[in-house]
Amino acid sequence: MRSNLNFFSDEKFRSIFFQTLVIGLFALGIFFIVQTTGYNLEKRNIATGWRFLSDPAGFDISFSPFIDFKSTDTHLDVYFVGVLNTLLVSFCGCIAATILGFLVGIIRLSSNWLLVRVAYIYVEFTRNVPLLLQIILWYSILIQLPRVKQSLEFADTFFISNRGIYSPRPIFESGFSYIFIAIILALISSFLLRRWAKKRQDETGKQFPVLSSAFGLIIIAPLLLFFIIGSPMSFDYPALKGFNFKGGMVIRPEFIAMFLALTIYTAAFISETVRSGILSVTKGQREASASLGLKKSWIMRLIIIPQALRVIVPPLTSQYLNLTKNSSLGIAVGYADLVHGFGGISLNQTGQAIECMVIVMATYLTISLTISVFMNIYNRSIQFKEK
Amino acid sequence: MKKLLSILAVSVFAFTVNAGTLDDVKNRGFLKCGVTTGLAGFAAPDDSGEWAGLDADMCRAVAVAVFGDRSKVEFITTTGKSRFPTLASGEVDMLARNTTWTISRDVNLGFEFVGVNFYDGQGFMIPSSLGVSSATELDGATVCIQTGTTTELNLADFFRLNGISYEALPIETNDEGKENLFAGRCDVYTTDASGLSSTRAAAADPSKWLVLPEIISKEPLGPLVRHGDHQWGDVVRWSLNAMIIAEELGVSSENVDASKSSNVPEILRLLGVEGSYGEMLELAPDWAYQIIKQIGNYSESYEANVGPDTPLEIARGLNALWTQGGILYAPPFR
Repeated sequence: MRSNLNFFSDEKFRSIFFQTLVIGLFALGIFFIVQTTGYNLEKRNIATGWRFLSDPAGFDISFSPFIDFKSTDTHLDVYFVGVLNTLLVSFCGCIAATILGFLVGIIRLSSNWLLVRVAYIYVEFTRNVPLLLQIILWYSILIQLPRVKQSLEFADTFFISNRGIYSPRPIFESGFSYIFIAIILALISSFLLRRWAKKRQDETGKQFPVLSSAFGLIIIAPLLLFFIIGSPMSFDYPALKGFNFKGGMVIRPEFIAMFLALTIYTAAFISETVRSGILSVTKGQREASASLGLKKSWIMRLIIIPQALRVIVPPLTSQYLNLTKNSSLGIAVGYADLVHGFGGISLNQTGQAIECMVIVMATYLTISLTISVFMNIYNRSIQFKEK
Repeated sequence: MKKLLSILAVSVFAFTVNAGTLDDVKNRGFLKCGVTTGLAGFAAPDDSGEWAGLDADMCRAVAVAVFGDRSKVEFITTTGKSRFPTLASGEVDMLARNTTWTISRDVNLGFEFVGVNFYDGQGFMIPSSLGVSSATELDGATVCIQTGTTTELNLADFFRLNGISYEALPIETNDEGKENLFAGRCDVYTTDASGLSSTRAAAADPSKWLVLPEIISKEPLGPLVRHGDHQWGDVVRWSLNAMIIAEELGVSSENVDASKSSNVPEILRLLGVEGSYGEMLELAPDWAYQIIKQIGNYSESYEANVGPDTPLEIARGLNALWTQGGILYAPPFR
């Protein structure tokens, strides 16, 4: 008994003991859950296994911009279509939300009374209304657009209806590959140019207009080449045939609703993050750089933003993760994302609920962790370097 | 510690050991029945907030068989997608929810279909202004389709077979389908013909909508229970059969009391005057009598909910008795 007491008064032993106990109980809990689930599935004669992945899906998915999906394709194909659609709306959403968020965040710190008020109302309204309602609101607005036969048209090339926005689709003809090569070469040389310019500035203090020359290299040069080799590109125009437009490209209202709702909702949070980041840079920094004679735009770009980013990036990562996970709400408007297609229709048609959910959860986990890894690398690169 | 662990272990395993569903229902004091989120004629709250419809009557009939009281039922709404997990998890005792009897659902999902309370088939509904008279003219159309249903698979098969293209617009509930169709987001709405009639009846001007003549599938809709509990399956199966047999024998809620002194042996067996069929099912002797008394026979339920005199205007067709040109048939009550 005495020795027992002595053991417990040892801090190291105590912490190891309790940690082992907690982990043990946790493992036991998981074990029981797995055990019980397996037992119940078997008892109810519910088939388990992964075989269903290679069975034909039997249903169609109309929104699949990357893979040509047919109803004879397998449930595994449904999964890939879903993942790509989830990534598409998340990627577009993250980019747009970052731009809008930074803009609104900076506007809220400006001295224009009207703009500040408008931005304030926007942030407070979107932050405090559930995202699901916003998605449904956007969708309800979009399906009130004119019907397909009464589409709004612009110069006979763009058509807007409640079936989506139709635009011409570019067709790349032979010779277009030269343009791609030109763009890639331009990207590489711009990168090298930037390094050279930075080195020269560090050594001599002389500056070089990197941005405008990169612009010239990447945009103007390929454009010139394009006309020199005789415009190797044509367009496939949408035209109303029968029930729908045929040809061209289309952006569906389901996608637009998801994109708008996710962007506008997340941008409100990002703008607050940006605002707090900029406010975290002390006034003295601004005054000191002004007294050095720096231009106003330079103060923002070279002094304020780099320091603010240290505060902005960690919460920004959470916002990207939130946006990606929130894209699963696409099910409310029938956006064919991972949860809707594979985690919904496939699950329901095959009845393999546990398998489907495990795959869907593992996929979200993978996407989220990947985003975290890249954001952490970026975060590390912008932190103060102690020398 | 030892005691705590044993209690923990016992309580975990207690979840896995199911008593019979019939005993569970009796102990609980009411039946939990899974229905649609609202499909007029099949299961939808009426003006007074009471659930009404052919499927709702099915639920009530089982409640009457068990408790002798049509009000002893809790209706639990399920979507096309949530219905199977809801039943499998034991959240409801049975489903009466426009569910098509298929081999995979019967075998692979671990359910037991106990009968058919409505023979249906998949059809198409379009605005009459489109000028389409057959489903084979629908090339390129956008089609609203409820996800997770057999209709979704039939649709893909039908268009593939006819070599025509379409765009699917997946929706979750009948209401969503209505909204998208009426807004013109899709050209066509496809679901079971009965569901189309129900949707058409709900339109502002039903004459502007047309149900196409093609019926592209067999959709036998019926109540189902979890696989493996045969006693409970029997209770639900024979509650349905009792209503069909009552119609066949001409016993209705109006003449059921007088029928107790009938000289037809099968009527006497059905009403519990002769034999001990209630006992076999572990129900009251007059269980079928109470169903007919409180709910009515199949014909009464049909005419009140979906028949030609209702907004749905669905003729008996296949759902007539086998003696009257339909295929409704129940095994003998003996």
